Amino acid sequence: MNKEILKILENDARTSPEQIATMTGISPKEVTNLIKQAEKERVILKYKTMINWDKVGNEQVSALIEVKVTPQRDAGFDSIAERIYRFPQARTVYLLSGAYDLLVLVTGKTMHEVADFVSQKLAPLEGVQGTVTHFMLKRYKEDGEIIEEKEETKRQQVVL
Amino acid sequence: MPANPGKYHISQRANQLSPSGIRKFFDLLASIEGVISLGVGEPDFATPWHISEAAIYSLEKGMTMYTSNSGMPELRQELSSHLRNNFSLEYDPASELLITVGVSEALDLAMRALINPGDEVIIPDPCYVAYGSCVILAEGVPVMVPTHQENNFELNAEDVEARITPKTRAILIGYPANPTGAVMSREHLSQIAEVARRHGLMVISDEIYAKLVYGVEHTSVASLPGMKENTVLLGGFSKAYAMTGWRIGYAAAPREIIAAMTKIHQYTMMCVPTMAQYAAIEALKSGEDDVAEMVEDYNRRRLVIVKGLCEIGLSCFEPKGAFYAFPSIKSTGMTSEEFAERLLTEEKVAVVPGSAFGQCGEGYVRCCYATSLAEIEESLSRMKRFIAKYG
Ligand SMILES: Cc1ncc(COP(=O)(O)O)c(C=O)c1O
Repeated sequence: MNKEILKILENDARTSPEQIATMTGISPKEVTNLIKQAEKERVILKYKTMINWDKVGNEQVSALIEVKVTPQRDAGFDSIAERIYRFPQARTVYLLSGAYDLLVLVTGKTMHEVADFVSQKLAPLEGVQGTVTHFMLKRYKEDGEIIEEKEETKRQQVVL
Repeated sequence: MPANPGKYHISQRANQLSPSGIRKFFDLLASIEGVISLGVGEPDFATPWHISEAAIYSLEKGMTMYTSNSGMPELRQELSSHLRNNFSLEYDPASELLITVGVSEALDLAMRALINPGDEVIIPDPCYVAYGSCVILAEGVPVMVPTHQENNFELNAEDVEARITPKTRAILIGYPANPTGAVMSREHLSQIAEVARRHGLMVISDEIYAKLVYGVEHTSVASLPGMKENTVLLGGFSKAYAMTGWRIGYAAAPREIIAAMTKIHQYTMMCVPTMAQYAAIEALKSGEDDVAEMVEDYNRRRLVIVKGLCEIGLSCFEPKGAFYAFPSIKSTGMTSEEFAERLLTEEKVAVVPGSAFGQCGEGYVRCCYATSLAEIEESLSRMKRFIAKYG
């Protein structure tokens, strides 16, 4: 798979095949084919938009949940991880080394909703030994993007 | 030059300098809202954070004193390794390197250290706006050598040789070039070097864009056989590391020349700001990945703007270095100044008239593509409308 194309799309999913063709020297048709192939092979998972919901007063509550689990014979952590990631409330699920096993990012409309999910769905799962919930207070940076308003660096007049 | 007999008796030295063509233009630009600027020749990236952070740390630790006049020993040591690893150049950090306030200061020092009144300095036309004035300030005489789009704006050795007189002292070149984006091939550069050696001329080589090349290799003049003794190499951090505001650069040259330049530097500048030197050390130690990433990004923009310009009917030779495209606007029948002024007022796109860079720049405009792809595309569509009206 052509990594150059993937990098361009990762940075801006709206870049057209024609633009990508110009930037890489690959023909537009070939670019379209490569992208299709990447989609088929799930190299490209999906195209989405990063939104700063705080700005539209659409407050979301997020929490990072540390989950300690008992690995299962034959399936290791995978089957318990799947039990968790099938819940749509679990936005991100990682297996980690260290003091706990799974890290789950949960979002909901209210703190209650998130707490209910943890206490009623997550914690009682067979194999889950314990959870620690960290509510998120502020997002500074996400996926490489600094969330706070960028102040325009005003170029001053200069001769060069 | 008409001396202006004002109230304060400004010196002839200052009066003889013509105000930069770009300045006039930016005054106009500042008065208009919503302009997309392809005007300013500086990176749109902020300095990589680890570099800024190194400088902040140096301030926190109270490293706020003067440094050695030539620059911090650690910086010169790093620079020496950098020049060896990147351009196969050997310079002694103790005696052959000088840290300067940008290439700007280094240029001035080189001229004042090497040029006597009346000495001639050969310069390609078009060229960076400061070259001619630096020669004039050293009481030298700039001798312009035309370069042309047909030859990819490379300086031709025969053209240089034809302008050599008994007064010629040096050749001042800057490749990759501002404003054209031209790169000198190793072969053509060797021919220039040959002429310089044969006539005993110094080559002052402004290689500030050395790291910004696309699909070609940059050859440093000083790395050519026998040329180290005849070269003053000027380099900087402004462009490659996105550090224009830090004001730091360097000169590398034979010991005797560095000693002469250092004398002038110590009486006029003392030393380069200490925090900028700490930033530069960090840039040299671990800035390579940042540079590579920015170069990759500039390259994409370069391909988009060059193709776009050609498609709207402005023929544009392929610039292989720096971050400028230099399309011909001759098909519009306008002078480059007219073109730039009308494009600015009618379509709010700022480009710099080629005439600001010398007579041979007439008929061209400089478009700096160190700006976001979105802005490049928008400016191209505005220019397309403009060309449709006048082309
Ligand atoms: C060719 C060239 N040389 C020198 C400079 C100035 O560099 P510095 O910031 O190192 O003084 C510039 C800046 O535009 C340039 O284009």
